[in-house]
Amino acid sequence: MSWAERWELIVRWAPMLWDGTLVTLQLVGIAVLVGLFFAIPLGLGRASRHWYIRAVPYSYIFFFRGTPLLLQLFLVYYGLSQFEVVRDSVLWPYLREPYWCALITMTLHTAAYIAEILRGAIQAVPPGEVEAARALGMSKRQALQHIILPRAIRIGLPAYGNEVILMLKASAVVYTVTLLDIMGVVRTLNARTYQYEMFFLIAGLIYLVITLLFTQLFKLVERWLKVDASRNR
Amino acid sequence: MKSYKAVLLAALTAVLLGGQAVAADKLRIGTEGAYPPFNEIDNTGKAVGFDLDIAHALCEKMGAECSVVTSDWDGIIPALNTRRFDFLVASMSITEERQRAVDFTDPYYTNKLQFVAPKNSDFKVDKDYLKGKTIGAQRATIAGQWLEEDIGDLVNIRLYDTQENAYLDMASGRIDGVLADVFVQYEWLQSDAGSDFEFKGDPVFDDDKIGIAVRKGDPLRERLNKALKEIVEDGTYEKINAKYFPFSIY
Repeated sequence: MSWAERWELIVRWAPMLWDGTLVTLQLVGIAVLVGLFFAIPLGLGRASRHWYIRAVPYSYIFFFRGTPLLLQLFLVYYGLSQFEVVRDSVLWPYLREPYWCALITMTLHTAAYIAEILRGAIQAVPPGEVEAARALGMSKRQALQHIILPRAIRIGLPAYGNEVILMLKASAVVYTVTLLDIMGVVRTLNARTYQYEMFFLIAGLIYLVITLLFTQLFKLVERWLKVDASRNR
Repeated sequence: MKSYKAVLLAALTAVLLGGQAVAADKLRIGTEGAYPPFNEIDNTGKAVGFDLDIAHALCEKMGAECSVVTSDWDGIIPALNTRRFDFLVASMSITEERQRAVDFTDPYYTNKLQFVAPKNSDFKVDKDYLKGKTIGAQRATIAGQWLEEDIGDLVNIRLYDTQENAYLDMASGRIDGVLADVFVQYEWLQSDAGSDFEFKGDPVFDDDKIGIAVRKGDPLRERLNKALKEIVEDGTYEKINAKYFPFSIY
């Protein structure tokens, strides 16, 4: 196959590759944002001193960190659909769609990791700062809101950025439930054109470019939150 | 002394020629043994299946004594060309690429694509009905390709990595029907999981012809074609067909 023919193939399928890229970006973007939202109570509970508060988030995190994303996706997509109760429920219009199944699984999965990052960050807040806040007469709640969480977010941010990139790459499993994300599009194009090495290479490039964009984005956020400054204790 | 030599030479010639004549009637069938019900290895290690039944019937018509050699699919054409066996009966689709490496006989069966849907659905193979419906198929199969090329703008296509997953999704009601090779569908319909489903409409595609491969220029091809014609005409083929499928696959 000549370069001209290759180029012609790329141009011809570029819109489909673009659509796939959008699907990947959407899934990862929503999952890591909603995941962060879920992770806050989970992470706080996980950092609690009381075992009965710790227990639920602990089990949740244990399950989602301890099993592969692919397995969780199959459980949600193929597993739940085996039960008639689920198929008759109000959730079925969502659960029958591969897009929603992937989104739900990815969100639950990443929430567990983010919660663990948050727990680590909360526990890394210097005890002196917490004591100082309390000594100034802040209630527990006030200390959490004004001192502990803002500090923890800055401590955990680089790890969160890392998690976003990990999710981007992990999202490649969603093609197995028929979604046409970057990987799904490339697998379909491979079956159609037999140009395996070319389209896999293109997929790799797309993932690299997105990773680069995410890295830059997090650099900006870190600068905006003055993460560096808060590190110089 | 001279006459003794002549006799010896004559005897030697006779043995050689005779030997050759016997050898010509001994043929080796090549097959894969991993594609049930067409060719598979049974409990005793013997290759059996539709392909083998056809091959043995052909040998009988040609008056040849046949033995079976199995080979991995990847190396099966090189094995034919390096004379590990003489003709290849392994459910091989006749394609242009393969025709550059080997010769094919007339097709001995045809692969068809047919829809399967739930028994209680009014699934019809016509454009009005299919519009907006969701159809599943396995990725990288003729069925997936056919859907994309022939009715891609009409239906939502879901492509699965395994055939099994497409069936799972049809069972849970996510997709309205599945398109696949008629033999694959038939096997599944026979299983417990497939009991609530059935074929819908006529096969939509029957261009995938399956032939017997021989080495390039081998006159064996003509003998096989003649024998194939004979088993089709005298009903042997039909009998073998009926043993495996309740519909004609010729």
